[in-house]
Amino acid sequence: MIIADRKPFDEIMSMLAPYRDILVLGCNECVTVCAVGGAKEVAILASQIRLRRTKDRISSEVHEKTIERQCDIEYLEELKDTIGGYDAVLSLACGCGVQFLGERYTDVLVLPGVNTTFMGVTERHGLWTERCQGCGNCVLHRTMGICPVTRCAKSIFNGPCGGSSEGRCEIDKDTPCAWHLIIERYKKKGMMDMYMEIVSPKDWSTARDGGPRKRQREDMEI
Amino acid sequence: MTAQGNLKRVLQSGAFAVTAECGPPRGADPDMIRIKAKILKGYVDSVNVTDNQTAVVRMSSFASCVILKDMGIDPVMQMVCRDRNRIAIQSDVLGASALGIKNILCLSGDHQRFGDHKGAKNVFDIDSLQLIQCIRDMRDEGRFLSGEEVKGRPDIFIGCVENPFADPFEIRAMRLAKKAAAGAQFCQTQCIFNIEKFERWMEMVRGLGVHEKVSIIAGITPLKSVGMANYMKRNVPGMDVPDKLIDRLRGTPKEKAPEEGISICVETIDRLKGIKGVCGIHIMAIGWEEIIPEIVKSAGLYPRP
Amino acid sequence: MRISYPTSVKIIKVPCTGRVDIIHILKAFEGGADGIYLVGCLEGDCHYLTGNIRAKKRVKYLKTLLDESGIGGQRVSMYNVSSAEGLRFAEIAKEFTERIKSLGPNPFKLNKIKSTRDSGRGGI
Repeated sequence: MIIADRKPFDEIMSMLAPYRDILVLGCNECVTVCAVGGAKEVAILASQIRLRRTKDRISSEVHEKTIERQCDIEYLEELKDTIGGYDAVLSLACGCGVQFLGERYTDVLVLPGVNTTFMGVTERHGLWTERCQGCGNCVLHRTMGICPVTRCAKSIFNGPCGGSSEGRCEIDKDTPCAWHLIIERYKKKGMMDMYMEIVSPKDWSTARDGGPRKRQREDMEI
Repeated sequence: MTAQGNLKRVLQSGAFAVTAECGPPRGADPDMIRIKAKILKGYVDSVNVTDNQTAVVRMSSFASCVILKDMGIDPVMQMVCRDRNRIAIQSDVLGASALGIKNILCLSGDHQRFGDHKGAKNVFDIDSLQLIQCIRDMRDEGRFLSGEEVKGRPDIFIGCVENPFADPFEIRAMRLAKKAAAGAQFCQTQCIFNIEKFERWMEMVRGLGVHEKVSIIAGITPLKSVGMANYMKRNVPGMDVPDKLIDRLRGTPKEKAPEEGISICVETIDRLKGIKGVCGIHIMAIGWEEIIPEIVKSAGLYPRP
Repeated sequence: MRISYPTSVKIIKVPCTGRVDIIHILKAFEGGADGIYLVGCLEGDCHYLTGNIRAKKRVKYLKTLLDESGIGGQRVSMYNVSSAEGLRFAEIAKEFTERIKSLGPNPFKLNKIKSTRDSGRGGI
């Protein structure tokens, strides 16, 4: 899923400063699961904004709403009668939701309440870690299910580099060395000969380097 | 084909090679390079110039190498994959060859996390192994990575690095074998303090026959003080400084520590000379380049061939 | 035992401090409370195993939210008291009341501006 992090409160407050009536809008998908932009977080953030604005004697209306998905046009429709009444909408969806909401309602000012950080997993309750960069050309079958693009700090294909120490990456001791993990699995499966293959330079044109991407299925188009 | 570089000549003659590292200045003054180079001239066969090591901005390796070249020194241009994509890399390889730089050392590069521009975007379009292969194909096949033809092939002696002290230890010789297969002709290793571990690594390297394909130049760093030894042990990734070495420096009066550091260095060189497959030494006297002539003389490696 | 404690302390009973969510406390501040403290069982004695530990973590996080909001994190606290410690319960009530008195009233309550609309009830 997509992982995000709440923006610093002061940044949110200064972003909202020019606007009186605000809708804090959550999204029921990824950001709910990673506890940053669901109904619960919407309620907390809206409450915080009200407390702060009232303390600072700023007249304001702060309302709350959470919809199923901000990245899907059909769920944005339910906002059509009410969204125009706000000076700004603070979206707690990922960057996709923030943009798509703004595209649907071009007269509405949509502001981001979270920093979208990565595509990842819930390793345990309260800990999310990155797994995929969406490079557009998956290599996991060659690297024993561990992504060198994402999990190696240098995205190298013929690792590990000289900074790997005791299974840890040179960038910090809490980060596992992806290539150490890959080699452990090669060894376990008796597949070290795969390690000796020299992997050629990657074609990054399927990644973001090739420009904004799209996927189309004509059979699904109405 | 133009005349070969000095490093290649020395290695091919079978003589024990001596190379040294020169860190370029954090400014535009070319004399900073010239002063260091003057100290080294005649004592080493070639001089490496680091490429923004530890991700700290310095004068480019390319420009510094040209300055060395003009002084009659055979430069080894270090090239990391962190800051340039394949377009810039290949362009620099052509440029370097055009200006008479004969040696390129291919590295991944320290992550920018360690440097002075932590907010920089890294590139890592290709990795060090792919860089080796890329230069080899430009030179031997006359092909760019795209497959397009190179008109006027670069004449480059291709180097790589390997860190025998990084993990997993058991693949470190295999990784050098991969680099040799990719086209590496010489290898300058990480600084060696744990010589027993280095010997074990060399044994594995010989087991794979890699020492016959790549000239292995063993890395040496003189320790100036116990503080420096501790710093390297704790803060430099993939550095193995054994406790007995630290104890030896600690047991030496502070003013005698540099002298002791040099002795350790010379003893290490003597031991390295006896290891089958070691073709030379690479002295990385970080911030202490002026000591290199003394080390070379004390190790009986002067005059140079 | 008939031990007295300040009358300003209003008790809200919950089955376990683990039931108390951050939003409950924020809403209480929006409703005009000057300070809020949780009294849970002793650590290790939670009937639901870790309810009081979770409450402790929430209170810690809540403090940062209250600091951001300008209410002040020192207006919330977590205490652990066993059911046999009536005296300790009363002491805490006094101690916390003194702390809140020294901080003064909830700044939100002081500045609450009467709006024509029903502010902060959520939903559109």
